Amino acid sequence: MIRRDLVFEIGRTLIAIALALLLGFVIVLLVSEEPFNAFINFVAGPLTTTRRIGNWIEATIPLIFTGLAVCIAFQAGQFNIGAEGQLFFGAVTATIVALTFQLPMYLHVLVALLGAMVGGAIAGAIPGIMKARWGANELVSSLMLNYVFYRLGLYLINYHYRDSSAGAMVSYRLPETSWLQQFWPPTRVHWGLWVALAAILFSYLFLYRTRWGYALRMTGLNKDFAAYAGISVSAVIIYSQVISGAIAGLAGAADVLGLYRRFQWQQLPGYGFDGIIIAILARNHPLGVPIAALFLAYVRSGASIMSRMSDVSAEMVAIIQGIMILLVTAQAFLAKWRHRSVVREAKKHGLNA
Amino acid sequence: MSMGSLLEMKGITKVYPNGVLANDGVDFSVRKGEIHALVGENGAGKTTLMRVLFGLETPDEGEIYYKGSQLQISSPLQAIRSGIGMVHQHFMLAPSLTVTENIVLGVEPRKGLRFDWDQAVSKVKELAERYNLHVDPRAQIRDIPIGMRQKVEILKALLRGAELLVLDEPTAVLTPQETEELFASLMELKKQGHTMVFISHKLGEVKQITDRISVMRGGRMVGVRNTAEVSEADISRLMVGRDVLLRVNKPPAKPGKKVLEVESLSLFTPEGKALLDGVSFSVREGEILGIAGVEGNGQSELVEILTGLRQAHGGSLRIEGQLCTNAAPGQLRRLGVSHIPEDRMLHGVAVDAAIQENLMADRISKPDYSGKVFLRTKDIESTAKSLVQEFNIVARSPRTPVKMLSGGNIQKVVVAREFSSNPKLVIANQPTRGVDVGAIEFIHRKLVEICRSGVAVLLISADLNEVMSLSDRLLVFYGGRVVAGFSNADAVSEEELGLYMLGIKAQESAQLKEALA
Repeated sequence: MIRRDLVFEIGRTLIAIALALLLGFVIVLLVSEEPFNAFINFVAGPLTTTRRIGNWIEATIPLIFTGLAVCIAFQAGQFNIGAEGQLFFGAVTATIVALTFQLPMYLHVLVALLGAMVGGAIAGAIPGIMKARWGANELVSSLMLNYVFYRLGLYLINYHYRDSSAGAMVSYRLPETSWLQQFWPPTRVHWGLWVALAAILFSYLFLYRTRWGYALRMTGLNKDFAAYAGISVSAVIIYSQVISGAIAGLAGAADVLGLYRRFQWQQLPGYGFDGIIIAILARNHPLGVPIAALFLAYVRSGASIMSRMSDVSAEMVAIIQGIMILLVTAQAFLAKWRHRSVVREAKKHGLNA
Repeated sequence: MSMGSLLEMKGITKVYPNGVLANDGVDFSVRKGEIHALVGENGAGKTTLMRVLFGLETPDEGEIYYKGSQLQISSPLQAIRSGIGMVHQHFMLAPSLTVTENIVLGVEPRKGLRFDWDQAVSKVKELAERYNLHVDPRAQIRDIPIGMRQKVEILKALLRGAELLVLDEPTAVLTPQETEELFASLMELKKQGHTMVFISHKLGEVKQITDRISVMRGGRMVGVRNTAEVSEADISRLMVGRDVLLRVNKPPAKPGKKVLEVESLSLFTPEGKALLDGVSFSVREGEILGIAGVEGNGQSELVEILTGLRQAHGGSLRIEGQLCTNAAPGQLRRLGVSHIPEDRMLHGVAVDAAIQENLMADRISKPDYSGKVFLRTKDIESTAKSLVQEFNIVARSPRTPVKMLSGGNIQKVVVAREFSSNPKLVIANQPTRGVDVGAIEFIHRKLVEICRSGVAVLLISADLNEVMSLSDRLLVFYGGRVVAGFSNADAVSEEELGLYMLGIKAQESAQLKEALA
């Protein structure tokens, strides 16, 4: 992207966020008895105590993974609405691996993370292969597979790894050697953060510094061009979905190995769909993902604090999110403003300069 | 406002969202009853100016006066209502409807609530009669030749009351015979008081038919001349801003061994209609084999098969003796096939990617540019830089996205990539379509250069001039078959080629065999 476009996109995103927050404030003003208290809790709440800062960071970790997963699929010109099922299944396979093997400390975590990646990759490979071989629309197949892997995962946990002594439908407790250690008491921020940073670095290098990433991006930009140039488009479709699925799988592992230490989801957690929001905010660039994930997690934890400390419910944040996405994805939003600067510059430089 | 002006455009400025300044304060005026040529290299801004006139683009600055009063044209509908008609380069017709239905669409005569077919037909007949534009009112568009489709387009505009007709490169898709016919119709229209703007690259035609000429260059209007007072060379100098060599300097061919051998290649539509019907020929190193023909006679399909983008249903294909029928594009590229595609925006480039990324598309996996894991960024950059220089690509830097370039420069990116891959066979499909005169000259010179260095070249072009001046040997395609072959391309006349292209003549098989070898 050239600098003018970059500045414009950043500016546009910030303005969209500001407008959405403003509208959120107006809504709070209308429905709340104590609007200022509510809003201050929403805007500043996550920073008021160490524990709350910790909550914010904890919530950011899985969002980074799913954001990256969706970015990689989007850059290949593919949809991945299946990150949800992939991360859920990744959490299941991580649990199974952690419970099955007995290994020394560091190795055990690594193997469990690998298990999560394999689980996610399998879930991601299916829509990829179906698209490459039979032209099945990956949007539909990945969405539908969410429910397949959700039920499959629940079956495995509830029928084979369920801790019957626990009061709820949860798996056995994982051995301590398989935990992602929490390193910042009293918060629960865990090693998953470093894994997330590594995943960002990996995604960036993969996309922009390797030939496979290059082939993936060219396929996403113009698949006819890629095929013409001798790139195997079907290979790209498959490996982009596999890598995307593997990274999504890590999101599940991060929560299970880092926060809960046992499998306890009975519902889909929703991070997969959040990944789409993050990828859109980050304009499909891996280096934008942590910023977008931090932002989304901040808004979420702000909303949850607000709902506990005031009379406004947390769902308010859904409205703010919706407006933001609408404005960011609307191509024409502020386009006039940009066009004027384009006209000015073009006249200065002359034709095609 | 000057005397007798029908149309006056003043200070038109248009900047596209990608920052291209397409029109920069352009003044343009047309007198009533004249045929006015609008010429310029591609990317000079002719089409943009006409799109502004027709309400397809909103200008950033400028005013339009028509019949003496100012006009705000915000949609084609408004332009049509004012009496401005446009015949687009790509026809806007519904192929499954009849000629009559296409012409009256939207202004149908009615009988009660029903469409009055008989009256529509007689209306079309009458109109065709009056302007000497002969069409078959009952034929379906898909069954009639290109030349007649164009007449349908013109009649469509006339029925809607167009007094000013804009013709955007009307002869680009016509054979010489069809062009003559079109010109006769245009003269008739002029006689009956219509005014026309004739956009063209072909200066010979402009000389032949127009009264005045407006020349654009780089988004500006650089001159208006009376056609009678200028020569073709004068116009082309105005267009390019310097002297151009329109004739190609070509040393004699020294054909070597066969590089490409095609043997009875065939391809069918799902309905069983033959798109390619037993096509055989070969190309030797050091020669240019040209394929002439009206578009849509199997040339595009042939190229797609030769480059691996489509599977043939029968026949075989060899590169340097090695059988590679229906191989993947990457495989063919490794055998030394390079390809300048017909549609550069579809196949030739990824417009949002940088110039250097586009230049590397076919070779990124080679050890020169990629290590075991990481790309060799420095080598990629330096190669791209030298290609940009060697092929005269006008851009701020190799990192500029391709979408910021003009058509001619985008084509140079494609040509640079395809010529620098050490090819054994270059397949050039419409290599200079829609690029400016300067770029055409450059691409032609490069094609001859690479051929004479021992590369086999297969040239497919709808531009007769191009295919005749560049080719050593020449084939003519009609209806998915080779209908004529000439072992010496210089020995054929344009008229004779036209007859083969229209399917009026076909060579005997003995004569054909000699030229195919």
